[in-house]
Amino acid sequence: MSAPTDAAAVPAASTDMVSVRAVHKVFGHGHDAVHVLKGVDLDVPRGSVTVILGPSGSGKSTLLRCINELEEITGGSVVVGGDLMGYRKDDKGVLHRLHPKVVAKQRSRIGMVFQRFHLFPHMTAVENIMEAPVQVRGLTKKAARQRALELIERVGLSDRTDHYPAQLSGGQQQRVAIARALAMDPELMLFDEPTSALDPELVGEVLSVMQDLARSGMTMIVVTHEIGFAREVADHVVFMDDGVIVESGPPRRVLDDPREQRTKDFLAHVL
Amino acid sequence: MTTQTSPSGSDPVPNRIHARPVPRPGRLVAAVAVLVLAAMAANALITNENFRWDVVWLYLRDIVVIRGVMWTLVLTFGSMAIAVVLAVALAMMRRSDNPVMRSVSWAWIWFFRGTPIYTQLIFWGLLAVLYPRLSLGIPFGPEFFSFRTDEVLTAFWLALFGLAFNESAYLAEIVRAGLTSVDPGQTEAAKALGMKDGKIMRRVILPQAMRVIVPPTGNETISMLKTTSLVVAVPLTFELTYATSAIGNRTFLPIPLLVIAALWYLLITSILMVGQHYLEQYYGRGFGTSTRRRGRGKGPAGGKQAAIAAAGTVQDDVNKDVTP
Repeated sequence: MSAPTDAAAVPAASTDMVSVRAVHKVFGHGHDAVHVLKGVDLDVPRGSVTVILGPSGSGKSTLLRCINELEEITGGSVVVGGDLMGYRKDDKGVLHRLHPKVVAKQRSRIGMVFQRFHLFPHMTAVENIMEAPVQVRGLTKKAARQRALELIERVGLSDRTDHYPAQLSGGQQQRVAIARALAMDPELMLFDEPTSALDPELVGEVLSVMQDLARSGMTMIVVTHEIGFAREVADHVVFMDDGVIVESGPPRRVLDDPREQRTKDFLAHVL
Repeated sequence: MTTQTSPSGSDPVPNRIHARPVPRPGRLVAAVAVLVLAAMAANALITNENFRWDVVWLYLRDIVVIRGVMWTLVLTFGSMAIAVVLAVALAMMRRSDNPVMRSVSWAWIWFFRGTPIYTQLIFWGLLAVLYPRLSLGIPFGPEFFSFRTDEVLTAFWLALFGLAFNESAYLAEIVRAGLTSVDPGQTEAAKALGMKDGKIMRRVILPQAMRVIVPPTGNETISMLKTTSLVVAVPLTFELTYATSAIGNRTFLPIPLLVIAALWYLLITSILMVGQHYLEQYYGRGFGTSTRRRGRGKGPAGGKQAAIAAAGTVQDDVNKDVTP
């Protein structure tokens, strides 16, 4: 999974949905600067599920947010679906920052699910799902509603269509949030600790929706502490610590037979 | 514990406590004392011949007074409308990435909040002295057209804009507080869906910020009603305070005419307070009203506001500046 060490110069137009190359992220300036990502390489093949594990503060959420440009990277490159994110490279190799409109368009192809759901509280479940297709894609309300109802059925909430987020449980809110992201027909789905804010008995319903999504062939990157989910659903597991990828590979290899001491220590705490 | 039947029959609490309350004689004494004081005040108002209640009743519906009320209302709502537009622009400028926009907005708010409204109104009144001719053109370059200041900017327009400019500074802070009270996660979620900044503001941030913005704006309107009495500084001479005091001076009866002005301000304020009460109820602010309102279930709009309140994505307790 980690990058082939020297062929990193050319962004691959291959089967990779995401290729992250030597990404650095520094927050702040001068004395207050915090170096959160210290040269991360990551390839995510189309249709695969990658689970990122690691202690809090290891930079895994930041990496996710750099992939869809919620954070501007300080160094390196992120390529999603063959497009360089956030920049245009001219003939001389000089980078030009893309206009926010273009960045917004790039983002619209990537779905994201947040730890604290972030549903729009002034819209019902179905309106939350319709919002982006109508406002960004310019779909008619009727068509968007039709599609929203399909998606809400897919996450098993057909009886909660007209409820406001405040009237839904955490697990239900997160399933609506997943449906909202899916409404834009994303090529890639990012999950940022999707079950961390849930009561234990509600975790299962969200994980099972994610598992169905993985089976349907969606490319997914999931930051989570659910080792069981990683073992069952992931094609690749990545272990991050202190801003770098320490170890990566198939779930059995990383989870059951870790080679690095830091991975062993972390798994000993979580399991 | 084998039987549920209580000895007293219907009462589910078999051992209900019937204790004597703590004696509080001080409460009774205080209530009586305050009531006596209130009666003395009422007596002093009603029986004092010098208030001339007959004159109050005579001039209360005088055409000049009614016109004064109209002008006061025009000034109040006109200047508030202009101030709201300016305030939204100023608040957006304060949040802008552009340092020029940010500083201009800051300086505007600093100046108009930092000087007394009375001083500002006198200043606007002297505009024609400072600049007898106003012209539009390029700085240090050619002029496109010009006009005489006192012909175009009459006392009414100067008063209207003078009040609006001052108010815009206060409202801008209220709007800004409303915008910053919305959870930044809302912006991120909207961004992640590919929405552009303008759409995020219109569709996601503003509808939630209104909860925080609207109730204090109602408050500012009530405050503005009384601030309009200061436009005599411009001088504008047809609003309620000036109209009544002019009659008072002419008839040598200043006190009953002051009472008339006070009664009209009280009446309009009372009407605005009723409106304010419903606004606050609708936007679910205030103390302990939100649960009661949710239980009543007032249509989809009330439900929406209740939903925003319950979601907790908007802080209710934001720092607001209140007009002095």
